[in-house]
Amino acid sequence: MSSSAITSPGGQVEEKPWVDVLHEWVTTVDHKRLGILYILYALVFLVLGGIEVLIIRIQLMHSHNDFVSPQVFNRMFTMHGTTMIFFVAMPVLFGFANYLIPLMIGARDMAFPRLNAFSFWLSAFGGLLLYFSFLGGSGLYGAGNAPDVGWWAYAPLTARAFSPGHSSDYWTLALLVSGFGSIGTAINIIATVLCLRCPGMKLTRMPLFAWLNLVMAGMVLIVITPLSAAQIMLLIDRYLGGHFFDAQAGGSAVLWMHFFWIFGHPEVYVLIIPCFAFMSEIIPVFSRKPIFGYPVMVAATVCIGFVSLSVWAHHMFTVGMNSYANSFFAITTMAVGVPTGIKIFNWIGTMWGGRIQFKTPMLFSIAFLFQFLIAGLTGIMLACVPFDWQLSLSYFVVAHFHYVIVGGILFALFGAFYYWYPKMTGRMLNERLGKWHFWLFLIGFHLTFDVMHIPGLLGMPRRIYTYEPGRGWDTLNLIVTIGAFIQAAAILVFVWNLISSYFNGEKAGNDPWDAWTLEWSASSPPLPYNFAKVPVVASRRPLWDLKHPEDPDSQYE
Amino acid sequence: MALRAVAFLFCCVNAVAAADPSAVGSTNIFAPESTPARSILHLSILVLTVTGTIFAVVSALLVYSISKFRARSASANSEPAQVYGSTQIELAWTIIPILIVVVLFVATARGIHEIQDAPMPANALQVIVIGHQFWWEYRYPQLGVVTANELHIPLSNTAHPRPTFLQLLSADTDHSFWVPVLAGKTDLIPNHPNRLWMDPQHTGIFVGQCAQYCGTQHAKMLLRVSVDSPEGFAEWVREQQRPAIAEERVAVGKRVFETTACINCHSIKGTVANGRFGPDLTHLMSRTTIAAGAALNTPENLRLWIENPDAIKRGSLMPAMQLSKSDRDALVGYLETLR
Repeated sequence: MSSSAITSPGGQVEEKPWVDVLHEWVTTVDHKRLGILYILYALVFLVLGGIEVLIIRIQLMHSHNDFVSPQVFNRMFTMHGTTMIFFVAMPVLFGFANYLIPLMIGARDMAFPRLNAFSFWLSAFGGLLLYFSFLGGSGLYGAGNAPDVGWWAYAPLTARAFSPGHSSDYWTLALLVSGFGSIGTAINIIATVLCLRCPGMKLTRMPLFAWLNLVMAGMVLIVITPLSAAQIMLLIDRYLGGHFFDAQAGGSAVLWMHFFWIFGHPEVYVLIIPCFAFMSEIIPVFSRKPIFGYPVMVAATVCIGFVSLSVWAHHMFTVGMNSYANSFFAITTMAVGVPTGIKIFNWIGTMWGGRIQFKTPMLFSIAFLFQFLIAGLTGIMLACVPFDWQLSLSYFVVAHFHYVIVGGILFALFGAFYYWYPKMTGRMLNERLGKWHFWLFLIGFHLTFDVMHIPGLLGMPRRIYTYEPGRGWDTLNLIVTIGAFIQAAAILVFVWNLISSYFNGEKAGNDPWDAWTLEWSASSPPLPYNFAKVPVVASRRPLWDLKHPEDPDSQYE
Repeated sequence: MALRAVAFLFCCVNAVAAADPSAVGSTNIFAPESTPARSILHLSILVLTVTGTIFAVVSALLVYSISKFRARSASANSEPAQVYGSTQIELAWTIIPILIVVVLFVATARGIHEIQDAPMPANALQVIVIGHQFWWEYRYPQLGVVTANELHIPLSNTAHPRPTFLQLLSADTDHSFWVPVLAGKTDLIPNHPNRLWMDPQHTGIFVGQCAQYCGTQHAKMLLRVSVDSPEGFAEWVREQQRPAIAEERVAVGKRVFETTACINCHSIKGTVANGRFGPDLTHLMSRTTIAAGAALNTPENLRLWIENPDAIKRGSLMPAMQLSKSDRDALVGYLETLR
């Protein structure tokens, strides 16, 4: 890469022909550019997934609505789920990890820059492949376009008898391809964190952000593998006459469920652990205190990593496992709540006795704590197997996991955007628009997902394109739909803020939040090589030591 | 306080459920009519109380810390005391949650055992439930009865304890049998038989629907359970065991039925029709709905269903029969006699 490609906004970029700029971005192996590519790519898919869910919500606004056909509705919820998990949440989190880990550990790039680029483009290609199904999925059969088998794609619905055409193939191949991308990125994160730390940065001095992403990457390596294996088995079933999941020929539909959920549940932690990482950086800085109980936070994360690998079948309590298996997965699921609870307590402990500044990143973080607490508690309810027999597959469970994914992951991500945007662009996001974004999204979120629990308690199953009147679901669904549109409006404010602040935002300087980790010692945006001189650290908060030479952390550690 | 919050939640849910007077039977999980659903309710009260208490305590801590420790402008320039952690506190908030987990797990394990491992009494009614895209087949092996979509089971009170045990099978994709007031849901999976039982203590109609996504018309795979008095149930069984009556005045309609594709999928006992792909029609008129609950069983709806199933249930596997108007009228006339 040419070393002159320093993109300061409104600076040298305009002097180059756009073809050159595009060429630089497409061929880049710089971890910061790839990080930004991941994030932008995820934002595009966030909008697509958002449009799909608005179609779903309009359809469910009242009973016997006829906005879209059942076929279209089924495609929408399949594409919404697949998009949001695989092509929004994962890439955006990989993007932040890519961008920040080298900066935080004082490295000049990821361990394998070319693998990094390869992984990104694989993921990007996977997303395009999935969306190409709208054009190509119909195949020669004229049998519908985008996949409509749900994002778990339970067998035997994916068998050729029930899913003719190519829509399920696009789903399978898209996940297979982007899965390889995820594995590449995971290897890269592990190698970077273990091998490229700057002098003095022992594992025990590493920012929690790096620690948590290390655990996340380890989990990705373990759990993407069974998912990829299952996709290959499904392809063999569909095209080479295999019978892995073909119950009519002695195969097992339950086998697919195990394969899928041994990926699918740890996946939730793959997504939430990087968000814990954001929280563990943002909350201390805006409370003006170090993280409470650093070693316990690391231990709790590693513990979550291991225990969460043994909880997958809590998605299958209604499948008819025997009572011992049900009990086993109940206790492991409840047990994972303990280290998770410890983390929440430690964040509160960090805020306790601090001087909390309510800047936008902190607002999102506080909302995260509150919502993640509720999400965890409804999770405990779902772990109580008999209770789950009522709640599972209903709108209660939909509300629960959206509480995790939107109330937890998305709120944490918004916090991260407001916190690190100045580092990535050199400009602050507008604080006033940020408050608008926060409050609108908060109101919309609670209107939608608090209310959504109730139709589940009233017996409304998920994934139905319409429902009968007279069950008490109508008004509730209307409120949920209104909330969804308020959230959409908040997202528009956010996107506008991202764009307008890039051109007109207040100049950020290197360290706008008076923070303590190494990325804030680099310029904003950082130079291609990150640090002119490789830093040397003596504690977990190197910039605190610099700013407070009279009372450095290194005295206590 | 948490108990009161739980009570409040129940009131809200029940109020919403009761708000609509036209409701055909409740699907509220907090209004159980049968033992499994009732034990789940008892467990859920415990769980809601515990989680409600945790929520109250932790969110109080959170609210206290954000209101008490907000930055004041006077102290804006100085940093607060830098505290790194405390082993005692960490231990406390590790051990207390572990104890809570133990309590919840014991209650859960007991609930699982009570419901899932309940032995089947000798006098239990056994029904085989087979999930199809997008309807329910019910077979009573002890009684020689086959019907669809509307399950009839006897009341089971202390005077006449007679629980119903369902064996759950699937003919195609995964489905899930869910009537919230009677029991939790259990999936119907091909090549993986499951069991579900219920002992409703009141007569009435209880509704539910398929809860596991099974394809295009998952939404209109509705089901209803009619809980009859012991005498009423015996009477219903007698009616169902009779073969179809062939009335002379509908001979034309009967011939239409027997000479078109109808018989490939449907059965009518006592005729050549023995298809298994669609619902058994021997006593079609004893059911209040057609198309798995998608429409009321009226002559107009039957005619529409035969002419264009998509008008009632888009994507259902029943084909449009392309009959002439006179054939269609004759056929509906014949179906009307299948009582």
